[in-house]
Amino acid sequence: MRNSKISTLEEAILRSGLKDGMTVSFHHHFRGGDKVVCMVMDKLAEMGFKNLHLAASSLSDVHAPLIEHIKNGVITRISTSGLRGRLAEEISRGLMDEPVIFRSHGGRGSAIASGELHIDVAFLGASSSDELGNACGYSRSENAKSICGSLGYALPDARYADHVVVITDDLVEYPNMPKSISACDVESVVVVDSVGDSSKISAGAIRDSKNPRDILIAKQAAKVVINSGLFEDGFSIQTGTGGASLAVVKYLRESMLEKGIKASFALGGITAHMVKLHEEGLIGRLVDVQSFDKVAAESIKNDPFHQEVSSIEYASGMHKGSAVHALDIVILSALEVDTDFNVNVLVGSDGVIRGAIGGHQDTAADSRLSIIVCPLLRGRIPCVVPRVTTLITPGSSVDVVVTEYGIAVNPARPEIKERLEAAGLKIVDIQALAAKAESMTGTPDPLPFRDKVVGIMMNRDGRKLDEIHAIG
Amino acid sequence: MMFVPGNNPGMMADAHIYGPDSIMLDLEDSVTMAEKDSARLLVYNALKSIDYGGCEMVVRINPLSTPYGRKDVEAVVKAGVDVIRMPKTETADEVRELEAEILKVENEIGCPGRTLIMAAIESALGVVNAYAIATASKRMMGIALGAEDYSANLKTQRTRGGAELLLARESIVVAARAAGIACFDTVFSNLDDMESFRKETELIKSLGFDGKSIINPRQIEVVNEVFTPSEKDILKARTIIAAIREAKAKGSGVIAVNGKMVDRPVVLRAERTIALAVAAGILPKEEQI
Amino acid sequence: MELKNAVAGTLESGDIMVRIEPSDGGLQIGLESPVKAKFGRQIESLIRETLGSLGIENAKVEAIDKGALDCTIRARVTAAAVRASGKDVWKD
Repeated sequence: MRNSKISTLEEAILRSGLKDGMTVSFHHHFRGGDKVVCMVMDKLAEMGFKNLHLAASSLSDVHAPLIEHIKNGVITRISTSGLRGRLAEEISRGLMDEPVIFRSHGGRGSAIASGELHIDVAFLGASSSDELGNACGYSRSENAKSICGSLGYALPDARYADHVVVITDDLVEYPNMPKSISACDVESVVVVDSVGDSSKISAGAIRDSKNPRDILIAKQAAKVVINSGLFEDGFSIQTGTGGASLAVVKYLRESMLEKGIKASFALGGITAHMVKLHEEGLIGRLVDVQSFDKVAAESIKNDPFHQEVSSIEYASGMHKGSAVHALDIVILSALEVDTDFNVNVLVGSDGVIRGAIGGHQDTAADSRLSIIVCPLLRGRIPCVVPRVTTLITPGSSVDVVVTEYGIAVNPARPEIKERLEAAGLKIVDIQALAAKAESMTGTPDPLPFRDKVVGIMMNRDGRKLDEIHAIG
Repeated sequence: MMFVPGNNPGMMADAHIYGPDSIMLDLEDSVTMAEKDSARLLVYNALKSIDYGGCEMVVRINPLSTPYGRKDVEAVVKAGVDVIRMPKTETADEVRELEAEILKVENEIGCPGRTLIMAAIESALGVVNAYAIATASKRMMGIALGAEDYSANLKTQRTRGGAELLLARESIVVAARAAGIACFDTVFSNLDDMESFRKETELIKSLGFDGKSIINPRQIEVVNEVFTPSEKDILKARTIIAAIREAKAKGSGVIAVNGKMVDRPVVLRAERTIALAVAAGILPKEEQI
Repeated sequence: MELKNAVAGTLESGDIMVRIEPSDGGLQIGLESPVKAKFGRQIESLIRETLGSLGIENAKVEAIDKGALDCTIRARVTAAAVRASGKDVWKD
């Protein structure tokens, strides 16, 4: 076709004007199956680029090969919202000279929009694209290989990057419909054999947890929601994907049916659980920044009331129109909560980075009620502690903590405490929970952190929140 | 009463958070021969150090006829267990033998009479001797049905309707009531069939059992739902109790509620309703009569 | 005390597997644990204390911890020691 933007990856890179020291960006919608980040970074290394800033929406186990590119000076800076696996381990031990910058999803969107995080070239994997770059996280073609559903985290990059390269394994006839990324934002389209391992991109529906402790916590959390005063017709909700947070949906469903209450929308990462409630008419709209499983990816393709949003529209703190501002209730998990209700979802009990912030900070801050579901102990690891290892979500935005040993309410929310107690729920002091945990595990020794800073945790408003130090 | 395998420290650490009335740590069927010694030490240390929050702690020991039984008694009595559950009890003599064994250890540590006994009845002979077993010792706090061994002993197998267990269940309830102790029904092992579990729990409640044995925390809610009195029942019971108190205060011997005479069985039923409601946590402890 | 090789415990979550072997040079304790940074020191001293109370002063101990609490560690170390020494804590 005239004006076709099809090129090889190398041509696209040359055409982009990328230079040493610049910022390249990626999204993580292909999750554990992603091939795009490593494919592009390998090519950039081969072409001799150095000193690049890698700005990804998240990085995981599958990105361990980047360790070599860091050692060789191809990548010298990283910004992300999550870091897991061997790459996280090496970085925690001091692999990089420059600390990794961590932002929440909403914080990343804001930083891109404001120019604080300037992207020179975005390399955006897409499940389908036409020759001009109208791209999407699914496809109506027969050849679709790697469906991921929403491309919400890629949209700020597509809109604000100086140069955008779409990488797809399903080239479809123009015009690709529907599209998420507009051809007007795209400079090159690269067709490859595979953008990701589809079995690891969209797992089948996440199964219900049979862990009795998860079920206990979920039932208690559902009681908190039901008696919070916000559980009324037209409420809105978001849940994380941990076993306990997902199970909450199941128990809420029973109560919604019983009381004839319907939710106006569910937000965030969408799973089969939410799709089921939507299809039953219990949730009006699904507002989807990331489709977690095949059921969600299929639903976003077929259901007009299941729509994609960008991470800016989802959770930006600086955009008053973002959906978190309309969110009533969010249920989130945590690695650690402290007695000031601060939450850590990023750094493990051994001081090694092993998590992702996601929309934790954003949804906790802007929702009307944030509930943390978290066991008191994981094995011998205390999860309610005097002080979190790393501050991710400030306690001022956390309202209720639900553990298997009791429910604690932030003293800043006396009205919530009152309503829960009136409903017969036993509320305990968060200090009592921390003391209980310590009585079972013993007092931990301090972790052997070094002076070197390996990570900087940003607040969603662009201020620095905390530092992560090298371990071991 | 929730069964927890005695060689599984992960499950033992927080069994009480699910709110069972009692926890039974098992040293018998769920522990292999090779692990009896290690499980015994695990149960001993768990009882000594874990704060089970006031939950009644039961340990099922191995029969005294095995090489493990006496060591089990020594370990758990020293650890301060509330109740020893004796498996496969067939005669009153067996109970007395266990009692003597318990007393020996209690005397050694200076707390005679502390430990209670629950006898599991798991054979035809045990059912026939149920009343003798139930009255064999002052320490007897309850008798329980163990249906797997019992139905094998009867040369039949368990069915969904439970017809094969009916006589045993009724015999155990009658024996327990005659002896003035508690009675507990057997376990239901298909965790995925909650409907049949509920039906069975309803059946044994109507037969008169005080509780059901469970093998997983997921079953607790169903048992509690079945055994928890309805709001209507509680209201009625409270009215009756209030009327009795009023009559007593007035020194009146005749009690009437809504113009109807209240006789002894009605009072007993009302008291039991309140006790169940308190146990279920829907009435405060102060209401306990 | 005469010891033979012995093991107690499992690799299930919340448990600890303790292996005891004879040795001449005092107590040598090897510990593998997901909570080593925070609790390794305490776990090692608990193993030492438990063996000491049973009169075992020379042994090589390898412990693979899966997040066990103190009461479990004490139980498994005791069980391994009883098996290694042949001396039961609950005598007949």
